[in-house]
Amino acid sequence: MSVVSRATPRRTAVPRPPRTARRAGTGRLAAALLSPTLLVLGLVVAYPVVAAFRLSFMVSSESIDPETGFRVTTSSYGLDNYAAVFTGERFLRPWWNTTSFALVSVAAEVLIGVAMALVMHRAFRGRGLVRAAFLVPWAIPTAVSGLLWKWIFNSQGIANELLGAKVLWSSEGFQAWFSVVIADTWKTAPFVALLVLAGLQIIPGELYEAARVDGASPWRAFWRITLPLVRPALVVAVLFRLLDVLRMFDLPYVLVGPRKHSVETLSMIAFEEMSNLRFGTAAAYATVLFLYIAVVAFSFVKLFGADLIGRGTGSPQ
Amino acid sequence: MSSSQMSRRGCHREFGHEGAGRESGLPVAPRTRPAVRTRPAARTWAVAASAALLATALAGCGGADSSEPAAGGPGEFTGRGPITLATGKDTTRTLQGQLERWNKDHPDEKVTMVELPESADQQRQQFIQNAQTESDAYTVLNLDPIWVAEFAANQWVDALPAEEFPLDRMLPAVVRTGEYFGKQYGIPFNTNAGLLFYRKDLLDKAGARPPATWAEMKAACAAVAKLPEGKGVGCYAGQFDKYEGLTVNFSEAVASAGGTVVGADGKATVDTEEARKGLEFLAQGFKDGTFPKESSTYQEEDGRRAFQSGKLLFHRQWPYQWTLANTTDGSSKVAGKFAVAPLPGLAGPGKSSLGGLDLAISKFAKNKATALDFIKFFSNEANARANLEATSAAPPYTALYDDPALRKQFPYLATLKESLIGATPRPAVVRYGDATAAIQESAAAALSGSTSVDAALADMQRNLSAAIDEK
Repeated sequence: MSVVSRATPRRTAVPRPPRTARRAGTGRLAAALLSPTLLVLGLVVAYPVVAAFRLSFMVSSESIDPETGFRVTTSSYGLDNYAAVFTGERFLRPWWNTTSFALVSVAAEVLIGVAMALVMHRAFRGRGLVRAAFLVPWAIPTAVSGLLWKWIFNSQGIANELLGAKVLWSSEGFQAWFSVVIADTWKTAPFVALLVLAGLQIIPGELYEAARVDGASPWRAFWRITLPLVRPALVVAVLFRLLDVLRMFDLPYVLVGPRKHSVETLSMIAFEEMSNLRFGTAAAYATVLFLYIAVVAFSFVKLFGADLIGRGTGSPQ
Repeated sequence: MSSSQMSRRGCHREFGHEGAGRESGLPVAPRTRPAVRTRPAARTWAVAASAALLATALAGCGGADSSEPAAGGPGEFTGRGPITLATGKDTTRTLQGQLERWNKDHPDEKVTMVELPESADQQRQQFIQNAQTESDAYTVLNLDPIWVAEFAANQWVDALPAEEFPLDRMLPAVVRTGEYFGKQYGIPFNTNAGLLFYRKDLLDKAGARPPATWAEMKAACAAVAKLPEGKGVGCYAGQFDKYEGLTVNFSEAVASAGGTVVGADGKATVDTEEARKGLEFLAQGFKDGTFPKESSTYQEEDGRRAFQSGKLLFHRQWPYQWTLANTTDGSSKVAGKFAVAPLPGLAGPGKSSLGGLDLAISKFAKNKATALDFIKFFSNEANARANLEATSAAPPYTALYDDPALRKQFPYLATLKESLIGATPRPAVVRYGDATAAIQESAAAALSGSTSVDAALADMQRNLSAAIDEK
């Protein structure tokens, strides 16, 4: 949420003051004050990433001692794990699942989320109640909402009852993929709505008044005023959702189950490898996923909002 | 390979030398890069090259665990004092009472229960984490029998002195679940086998007897389908969703047709005529409608709901369904209308897979003498009887199945004993996770009809062999 407030005030920001000795002193103080934080970040973020990266090159081979039955493990360093990731048939489909989930469900969440935000933004009786009701799905932990939807999509569940059909949602196929999209959209459209609502609320009412005086239709006001002004918040929301969906694990795992090809994502494969004690391959999958997410996030920021990190206070508008 | 194993052999220090690793690693990079592009032929070459170059930097780190002294051995159970019992969630709230009885008699050797999550996967995860950090937090482990091979092969649990336990009074098939390479690593705490639940009322009306073979079962279904009461009642269902239950059901089908999944020599044996007949029974069932279509998504509870709402004539299920399906509060429409039989097979009664729990001692634990005594107490016949009475968990002791009082309380005991005597353990494979994945993969493909039975079994044979023959 804090990102929104950082992203929006850029239009009113003052130019950066010239660099002085006093500023240099402030810089040193800032560095001194920040270093503990950076140290902690280095320990809990950078170190695991580097360690996982190193692990992804560790190739283990195992055999069983024919007399005792004990496992004998030898390991060396090499590119075998990555070769296994890219040659194995177990990459393309999970990669496509991950990507298609991201594309479809984020698109659906943006449409529904913006609509929800517009409804919540209106002044009407019982608005608080409606807002609270919208936010309930977001408040439920993913694993729990996964279980909830598992019940709904059970072969004897409510979804089939309502549809009057016998759709086997949790078996392989498009319907399994679709059930994950539905559950994910249900759960996270409120998140988009929340961020967009925050963006909506800082749009001054005078703008709309002026638009009305000028004879603009509500539709035109939405396209010309609401959407451009709410864009920074929307970009943040979409980026967050994109990152979230790309590393999606718990929802398909709980809702449909592990090893179902129609919904298996890259993080599920990494988990599967890890739980079978092949840490090298798991780390390789995780690294590939990490790089993929980094590339997607980077391109997204480049394309839609160069100012997301809140650095561009001095950039000309 | 775990990092803990490396550090145990003093390799951690060498890995820590970032400079040394990088120096020798540098020349490798340009040579291995094209190797990835021209995969897979050059892959082995790349590995060999990088392995050779890195060997100097990492010398001595790829060592074998076998150089360490073998774990276990009766002499090593020393030390007395407080211990812990790590077990899945105590859903029945009866374990604590048993621990308190032990604690009252052994004030200096108290047992604390460490409750792990209910899900088997998460339990295994925590057991493995505990082992890899060589933590002494868990003393006695309550293991699913399918993990015994993995835990024994990794030397995470100690071999136990089998002669100190009344194993000869237990069902032989159940005792075998705790064995690995001729040593006893797990002592059966309880067991479990599949039963054929059937609608006695409908069979009686159709004049059919409980079936011993698959053909008889299908004939009974056809007879019931002609009755007005048989309308909308599916013939048979098991646990056919793509999860561990499918491995159980597939193994049972193969064993019931006279085959094995993993042979006595530890090699995969699913590309056989018997296995083909077993899988054919399952695949054909879906094709000809003997199994309701939705049962391809059934886990235990889905099938139980279907059976309890009267939608199934036959249901392969664990004994726990007996009590629940007999509930007369309206939750079950079939209370008092069903009975159990051993699973049917190809030419005669079939064979069940085994479930249950085995007790083992963590290699890294303290106070192992206490742990050994505690297992003796915890797995004894009196406790098994108490467990049966309180939770209807199947005991490993043969005698309890013939006890008249218990038979009166649990009328299915005679059938269950019969089922347990003929039961086969699930394949004892060190990399069980890969083995069960290979089985589920091909079996699910055959059941859904996307792969022919023959092709599925050929795939399974290949993947199962790869999982067993450690790479």
